[in-house]
Amino acid sequence: MKQQKLKWFTLVVALGAVMMLGACKKKAAPPPPPPPPAPPSPTASISVDPNTIQKGQSATLAWQTSNATDVSIDGIGAVQPSGSQSVSPADSTTYHLTAKGAGGTQEATARITVTPPPPPPQPVSAGPTEEELFAQSVKDIYFDYDKSDLRADQQSSVQADIAFLNQHANVSFTVEGHCDERGSTEYNLALGDQRASSVKNALTAGGVGASRIKTISYGKEKPFCTESNEACWQQNRRGHFVYQK
Amino acid sequence: MNASARLTARLRRRSGNAFLLVLTLCLLVPSLFAQDWIKTGTGLGVEKVRLAVSDFKASASDAQSTALLKTFNDTLWNDLDNSGVVELVSKSFYPLQVPGQPSEVNFIAWNAPPPNAAMLAFGNLAAAPDKLTIQGWLYDVKNTASPQVLGKQYADAPTEDAARLIAHKFADEIIMRLGGGIAGICESKIYFVSDRSGHKEIWVMDYDGSNQRQITQLGSTALSPRVSPDGSRIAFSSLTKTGWEIMMYSLDLNRMVSFPRVGGTNLSPAWSGDGLKLAFSSSRGGGPQIYVSDASGGNARRLTNNKGPDVSPVWNRKTGAQIAFVSGQTGLPQVYTMEADGTNQQRVTDQGYAVSPAWAPNGQFLSLAWIRKYGPGEPGSRDIYLMDIASKQWVQLTHDGGANDSPSWSPDGRHIVFQSSRSGKEEIWMMLADGTKTRQLTFTGRNTQPNWSWK
Repeated sequence: MKQQKLKWFTLVVALGAVMMLGACKKKAAPPPPPPPPAPPSPTASISVDPNTIQKGQSATLAWQTSNATDVSIDGIGAVQPSGSQSVSPADSTTYHLTAKGAGGTQEATARITVTPPPPPPQPVSAGPTEEELFAQSVKDIYFDYDKSDLRADQQSSVQADIAFLNQHANVSFTVEGHCDERGSTEYNLALGDQRASSVKNALTAGGVGASRIKTISYGKEKPFCTESNEACWQQNRRGHFVYQK
Repeated sequence: MNASARLTARLRRRSGNAFLLVLTLCLLVPSLFAQDWIKTGTGLGVEKVRLAVSDFKASASDAQSTALLKTFNDTLWNDLDNSGVVELVSKSFYPLQVPGQPSEVNFIAWNAPPPNAAMLAFGNLAAAPDKLTIQGWLYDVKNTASPQVLGKQYADAPTEDAARLIAHKFADEIIMRLGGGIAGICESKIYFVSDRSGHKEIWVMDYDGSNQRQITQLGSTALSPRVSPDGSRIAFSSLTKTGWEIMMYSLDLNRMVSFPRVGGTNLSPAWSGDGLKLAFSSSRGGGPQIYVSDASGGNARRLTNNKGPDVSPVWNRKTGAQIAFVSGQTGLPQVYTMEADGTNQQRVTDQGYAVSPAWAPNGQFLSLAWIRKYGPGEPGSRDIYLMDIASKQWVQLTHDGGANDSPSWSPDGRHIVFQSSRSGKEEIWMMLADGTKTRQLTFTGRNTQPNWSWK
């Protein structure tokens, strides 16, 4: 019996001690052991170089990810976590990269702009068009009152015109004969015809093919200037060049 | 002065019909012009018939009758006033009682002063809802025994146009009897170029400026209308894709009809008097030269081969044997004549800038537009002149400023229609062939190149 009493006593004491111990330890408990580390989030980036191309050209698409197990690009499919690829889209495109890993999903985009191809190359590859050059270079020829023969001071213009027209041998054009407001409608139309022919004859004499030259008379029907004074009349007495498209 | 006197004598000798040109010399203030100019007149020195035209009487005084009566009376008066063959007695001298019927004529009231009329035109007008009836008489009021020269009755629709037309017809009857048997012109037409639609198109009007209407609708630039002698077609020139082409409009069909296009500059068509040929200017062989073709445009052949531009041919419609034209072969344009086959070219103007010849129906005179005193410091005026083609003597017809051009003769040879800028812009005017009685016919837009019908 005595042994049983002792056993109970020992147990109670022990329990008590344990309880006492536990109560005391709460204030000075040791740090818990660190939790197991969370899986790291993936990172992703994508770029395209160059980011503007003309249709038909190609660009390099490059991407980098980390902590990802599943990387894909819309329109391309699954890809290596990092890499590069040559692309040649037909239209402007946004590349959408999705990187999935144990730590989550990360997205990145890159846009490439595709421009239409340039127009077919011009006859004159660069600079002003032939029509613009014509307008800049070919000088109208001015006449004296009631005259259709070329004035001496117009010869330099004629020679410059011939030089230009011989350099641009595929240009066709019209020479318009104009007159000032004085004189009769009918006579001025006839005179304008002679002025246009006079210019044409000078050009053909300088080697410009006659088949490239049309002539027309406007007489006094389409004046450049409508005042009644000599300065204005001189403006209207001319052979005027018009580029033929 | 001597030249004018000689021309006077020549004009007297040469004028076989009643259209006598007699020249009077009027001196302007010498300090103003430093030169005298010549005034011509129809029937000067010849006693013109004193004609009284009493307003016609209406059978009713309703609004319709009143309006038609006014149109008729105004038109008849204007026609007779324009005719140049009578001296109208001023209405202020008329007796208060005007006759509507022969029985109402009081001879003494008309044939004695103050009216002192030799002739009296009178009549009446009756307008019904569907009919206009007009009776008119011409009385020789000095011949009381047998006074009636003319008695006419007309019936038409009760419209303003009909009233005007009847007035023209009655006026022409009077003019025929009092003007030496030459048909009047009151039903003639004037074709011309107007820009009032925004483009230069061919238009037509009555000879007195009424009834103006557009003929072509080409939307380009149409110039130089010339009506055929029978009045069925208008030849003109127009700007096309191939250049200036001669074009043809049928007044019977009211549409364009085909005419060959040859490219280049084709200008200023002119009908021969028989209506079978056209003369025109064309650059098809080089510079603008005179060609002649069939009225259809076929068989074109060249008449001139000159250095300068040749343009504006016109046939002598009386003989059919000569063509006048303009040539710049010596510099400033001058008027020439030649035979219809191109031979015997003769320059008829001696100086200045001479264009737009028009042959009078009698074949003896040319009218033309002339800047006689052209040159530095001598701006000169562009006026209408009349030249006796045989003697090359001339008289100036216009003196009222502006640039005057494009004369065209009336069928009776008594009138000239022309363009003038004297009002500030180009408009169409007419005058008697002696330069008197000028009258503006157009007022809207710019109007040029009048061409009077042949009858």
